[in-house]
Amino acid sequence: MTAEAAAMTTTTAAPLVELRNINVAFGGVHAVRDVSIDLRPGEVVGLVGGNGAGKSTLTKVLSGAQRADTGQILISGSPVEISNPRDAKEFGIETIYQTLALADNLDAPANLFLGRELTSRLGNLDDDRMEDATRKVMGRLNPNFQRFNMPVKSLSGGQRQAVAIARAVYFNAKILIMDEPTAALGPAETAQVRNLVRQLKNEGIGIFLISHDIHDVYDLADRVSVMYHGRIVDTVNKHEVSTDDILGMIILGKKPGDVTASELEQLELRG
Amino acid sequence: MTDVAGAAPDQLAPRGRSSILDLIRATEIDLRQFGMVVALIAIWIGLGFQNSTILQPVNFLSFSVQAAGTAILATGMVLVIVSRNIDLSVGSVVGFIGMFYAHLMANVFPATIGVNHPLAWIIALAAGVLLGIIIGGLQGFLIAYLEIPSFVVTLGGLFLFRGLIWQLSGGTTIAPDDPTFVLIGGGPEGSLGGTLSWVFGVVICVAAVYLLVNARRQRRRFGFPLRPLWAEVLIGGIAIAVVLGAVVTANSYKWPAGLATQYALKHGIVEPPGGLQIDAGIPFPLVILIGVTILMTFLATRRRFGRDIYAFGGNPQAAELAGINTRWTVMKIFILMGILCAISGAIASARLNGGTLDLGTGYELYVIAAAVIGGTLFAGGVGSIPGAILGALVMQSLQYGLSFLQFNSPQINMVLAVVLVAVVGIDQWARRRSR
Repeated sequence: MTAEAAAMTTTTAAPLVELRNINVAFGGVHAVRDVSIDLRPGEVVGLVGGNGAGKSTLTKVLSGAQRADTGQILISGSPVEISNPRDAKEFGIETIYQTLALADNLDAPANLFLGRELTSRLGNLDDDRMEDATRKVMGRLNPNFQRFNMPVKSLSGGQRQAVAIARAVYFNAKILIMDEPTAALGPAETAQVRNLVRQLKNEGIGIFLISHDIHDVYDLADRVSVMYHGRIVDTVNKHEVSTDDILGMIILGKKPGDVTASELEQLELRG
Repeated sequence: MTDVAGAAPDQLAPRGRSSILDLIRATEIDLRQFGMVVALIAIWIGLGFQNSTILQPVNFLSFSVQAAGTAILATGMVLVIVSRNIDLSVGSVVGFIGMFYAHLMANVFPATIGVNHPLAWIIALAAGVLLGIIIGGLQGFLIAYLEIPSFVVTLGGLFLFRGLIWQLSGGTTIAPDDPTFVLIGGGPEGSLGGTLSWVFGVVICVAAVYLLVNARRQRRRFGFPLRPLWAEVLIGGIAIAVVLGAVVTANSYKWPAGLATQYALKHGIVEPPGGLQIDAGIPFPLVILIGVTILMTFLATRRRFGRDIYAFGGNPQAAELAGINTRWTVMKIFILMGILCAISGAIASARLNGGTLDLGTGYELYVIAAAVIGGTLFAGGVGSIPGAILGALVMQSLQYGLSFLQFNSPQINMVLAVVLVAVVGIDQWARRRSR
């Protein structure tokens, strides 16, 4: 699918997921303020912002790791209740966390099936079937991977990331949340993950991509939402803005048109 | 299960030259546990050199009975420590439930169901297990749901239940237990006997071979790498030799003459010249230990419950995000520990034919030491049940052997202390080097 075609589906398909007027506060800190955002099939929406802008908290609301104080979540147009990670997974929402959320002491198959193990009729773990499935999924993502019986602690960053992504792929995610997927990776592994994102996108999966790396986002995303102090500054179509416009929004928290000349000057001084 | 067994040694990068280590690695045996088996054999050879009478079957039998009480608890302690918790209360809980059994059978039953009721032992046992579930559930609830650190909760339990032993008994020993109940504690009558011991041994051998064959067939079906056939045969052969060797040893101990004569009189058997020779066979505490080990290993490696525990211990946040009900998992571990305390308490009380005030004292330290020597890491997520059993056997071998050689108990404790710290120290060094 070309970028133009992707942009077209962006405007025609029904939203896969829609978050409306989400608010989350921790004590006095308003981490997410009245945020609305949506995602369509086969679309990558980049979520960017400085530290503490509320990106991670917002996605945790969708992945069930954090409850919103107020607001609504709609999946394919109908309102749903997501109160824990299990609920989210039932709606086809898979999350790849910044910290990877792998149990370091367990091997790749155990991690892939964590919390959703395949069992025999008697309820015993079917490790062979899980290893078989893991070998098949990993064969698609990282054909060289062989260390299926090693604790994931002993794997490289890219291999660990592949295990985390394999988890989402195996369970047929419809909505994928990737929190800093390339933060811990070297250049070759980053390229691998980028290819993977494009592959998943072409399969019609909707992806929220959270990243500090503006180039990652600009390269992969169809739309970009910029967060600043818990609010969405703006959601823009990638083709209508430059990376500098996005940087300006991240740092100043204002839409490109609202930036004053003196602020622009300061920004350039800083840059 | 390489993913949950002691992690480090088998991760050494394969070296170019072929060595004994490579051969062992081909069998996929955990090197750490292999080392402990070697240490165990070395200990007994050393003891035999000091005093060869210790190698008589009767000593192995009474050693196994003595070891069973703490080894049973060690299987549960592994899971407790894997889940980043600790249980300091096991000794007091064993003592309390042990005293509870004695109280039931010596004080309560005579006034209710009468003395020597045929079901007395099973009623007492069921009540004890229920008490264990309640105690474990209570401690587990405080730890998992109210988030009071397990160190604090079980330290409180250590004092509380030792105090309750005094309250329940009025500060004295309570005796006797029901005569059938006493058999749980072993001894010539509390054993399987010759024929049943053979049946038991053969069943275990058949099961072991079946598991090996089945695992290989499964791996072939999915086209996974297989370990060499000679390694499979070697493992199966060693397992069979160990089991059958244990049966031969247990059966070569005969009932004492006086007991055999009593038995002959009671059953109208004419004693042959030289006395009636009755094989004692495998003592019940050892049968119970083997059963508990198989069941606990199954729970830890083949069930979701076990997988959840290891995942939680490895990364609590990941377990939570994977949708595992981590609080309930932790509470269940402590309930399981309560049940194991009830089983261990039954063996302890049955051996003494009653309840004493100091029953189970110091068990917690032996049990924690056994788990740690067996490769369980306090950081959580790593530990194996067979390892803990080996750890318990090492501790108890030293304890039993040194007291056989007339060392006094303070001296024995000093040896155990040095061994504990040395084993963990060497282990840390090996893990660091293997990284």
